[in-house]
Amino acid sequence: MSFSGVLSQLLEIVIAIALAPLLSGWVNQWRAWLQNRSAPGLLQPYRMLHKLFNKESMVADHASSLFRMAPYLKFGCMVLACSIIPTLSTDLPLAPAADTIALVGLFALARVFISLAAMDIGTAFGSMGARREMLVGFLAEPALLTVLFSASLISKSTSLTTIVETLAHRDFAIYPGMAFAAVAFLMVSLAENARVPIDNPATHLELTMLHEALLLEYSGRHLALLEWAASLKLFAYSCIGLALFFPWGIAEARAPAAMLLALPALLFKLGVGGFLVAVWETVNAKMRIFRVPEFLATAFLLAVLGMLVQLLLAR
Amino acid sequence: MTLEDLQLDRARLGAPLPIWHARVDSEGWRACASAIAGQGGRLIAVWGVERAAGGAPASACAALALTEGLVWLELPLEQRPGGYPDLTAWFPCADRMQRALRDLSGIAAQGSGDRRPWLDHGLWQAGARPLQADQVLAGLPAGSLPADYAFVRVEGDGVHEIAVGPVHAGIIEPGHFRFSVVGEKVLRLEERLGYVHKGVERRFTELPPLDAHRLAGRVSGDTTVGFAWAYCMALESAWQTELPRRAQELRALMLERERVANHLGDLGALGNDAALAFGLTQFSRLREDWQRLSGEAFGHRLMMDAIVPGGVAADPAAPMLDRMRAQCDSVERSVRVLRAVYDEHAGLQDRFVGTGQVTPSLAAQLGLAGMAGRASAQAADLRCDQPWSPYDGLAVRKAGRGDGDVAARVAVRFDEVFESLRLIRALCSGLAPGAARVDARARGRVSIGAGWVEAWRGEVFVALELGPDDRIVRCHCHDPSWQNWPVLEHAVMGNIVADFPLINKSFNLSYSGHDL
Repeated sequence: MSFSGVLSQLLEIVIAIALAPLLSGWVNQWRAWLQNRSAPGLLQPYRMLHKLFNKESMVADHASSLFRMAPYLKFGCMVLACSIIPTLSTDLPLAPAADTIALVGLFALARVFISLAAMDIGTAFGSMGARREMLVGFLAEPALLTVLFSASLISKSTSLTTIVETLAHRDFAIYPGMAFAAVAFLMVSLAENARVPIDNPATHLELTMLHEALLLEYSGRHLALLEWAASLKLFAYSCIGLALFFPWGIAEARAPAAMLLALPALLFKLGVGGFLVAVWETVNAKMRIFRVPEFLATAFLLAVLGMLVQLLLAR
Repeated sequence: MTLEDLQLDRARLGAPLPIWHARVDSEGWRACASAIAGQGGRLIAVWGVERAAGGAPASACAALALTEGLVWLELPLEQRPGGYPDLTAWFPCADRMQRALRDLSGIAAQGSGDRRPWLDHGLWQAGARPLQADQVLAGLPAGSLPADYAFVRVEGDGVHEIAVGPVHAGIIEPGHFRFSVVGEKVLRLEERLGYVHKGVERRFTELPPLDAHRLAGRVSGDTTVGFAWAYCMALESAWQTELPRRAQELRALMLERERVANHLGDLGALGNDAALAFGLTQFSRLREDWQRLSGEAFGHRLMMDAIVPGGVAADPAAPMLDRMRAQCDSVERSVRVLRAVYDEHAGLQDRFVGTGQVTPSLAAQLGLAGMAGRASAQAADLRCDQPWSPYDGLAVRKAGRGDGDVAARVAVRFDEVFESLRLIRALCSGLAPGAARVDARARGRVSIGAGWVEAWRGEVFVALELGPDDRIVRCHCHDPSWQNWPVLEHAVMGNIVADFPLINKSFNLSYSGHDL
């Protein structure tokens, strides 16, 4: 473990935690502009977090410790996920501890606990949200795994850092399988991050909520952590996407100085990505919840196709 | 069969629409209801009248509509416990009105199956009947909350209940919805309303008739013009005030402006409920501009208090009329573009089409009223069926669809917006000269009057009874939401829980106008 490795690892974690709300703010700002509204400031998510952290956290009388624990657990999972995804550098001491399968497992762990916490309170909305979250999850996870496997086939490794090094720093090659995987990954990301057309992050209609229904009973610092975790999740997914499909600019272990370039490159890529998400959310309506399985099954199918293409062409 | 065949001892009221008043006994009440139901008539309202002095101490009243007009049946009751014959066998929509009547006046329907209170949630003092003239509310022991309410339970494997409201996640009016669901599928929805009951009908009796139009205009804020016009029509028909032509036309102008404003708002909200926020912002902008001009022309964004007994309070000058006409043109252009966007948006149409369907036969059976009714092939629109002045000269085209789903209600709204814009242009172009207001003079004797107006949501009805001292004995305001709330329960059945907000918004019913 080199000094530069520790430095890049710490920098990554700090940047993820600090920049994740900014990405949400950026998407929200563009959403508003595209709808001809005057937008809230870019820093609005930070103000929101500040407000929530300063509020009293109300917990239902019959809430168990699971309910109190879940926000910390979810936040922890998301921070850990962000720390093993190469955003700035592939020289990450933590990365060998968890490969892509463990990464998907981290997301699943957070999902299980937050769903249990939502049911813990015993309100109809919590159970409804948990049910829907699980519906999305059990279809999205295999699709995500398959996408990651397609990439693994190229680098012959399930480690994300190796995948990025392979894709970004070897001779340029076109991998047709990755095109299928990219579309599948996009669909999974939209579903996993509660974006249109699966969920509406701006809704106030309790009966249509997916992600928000899980958080309805949370307040104060618990809610702040969950909101922050949601931003981190969006950040993590964006970074996985960038690492897999646009890995250029990420620094390698041998060249710590390249991280100076890696940060602007990351910001630029996230900026463009956030804008595209906002465009997508503006022109699309939310689909009926029973069409979500179709949507995610399509994602899975595309991911499998990508993997098959990869397998066939590799021979 | 016509009104003649009913052999009623009826008297035509002075309203511009054909409205008759008839006193009947129990037998006549029953015969009338059965005959009118038999020929496809509709029940408009059921209410009770309490009198401190003169005439019967109490009456049960019903307003029934048939092709020739409206019949106001009055059944004088010597003793309240005797009650009146239950109407639900002919008109299922009477159920909640009868329950409300029992809560407010203590007059029960004979043989009515559902004896649960409706507006009284247990907070009222035990035994309080707010409308009984001699009722002193102070000093009675207060009720206790929460009162039990026997929701109908659905038994079965995997069936569970979702309780929504009265406090919702968004800022909307309060109402409680009890869903019985299996997974996402709704087996049954039961509503519980009455959370915004504020004693409007009792308050009417404390107001001088010339001031009460302001209260009528606040029965339901989104229908303020409709209710104010209906109340003023009732008062003017009781006092036999002739209205100048210009006043009639300005009232119609306001009614159409209100219709457009509400439809624009709903169309945006419907897009938003399907997560197409673009629709909301575009329609909100149009609605905002629209309401600002209404505010400039009539002194209030919603045109509250602009209609007064004897005419209208604000008389826009020619330049303002030109601006309104120009605004109609620009709004029409924008709405046509937005309609194309809505119609061609695959994701949106997928949410709209087939959702929350009310078949025409169900709509006829349950008496689905107004705009929602027209989306289910219930072709009733007072502006066409009983064209009163100035609608008699405007040849209003009736909107209509037969699918009865959310898409049909959206289509009817679009059609009505375009028709209303046409009417506004016509009214602005040919506004009659002269005064827009005359004095409404009291007559100093017992009189009754009725107002019946096709407001944006459907037909609004006001029944007014004045005492010998020209005080209001009873003023009943009826919103079409009374008919449509029970239909919403049927519209949701078999749909998924997540589609309820969309279905609910496509009806956009009033809580305030219902709870009174």
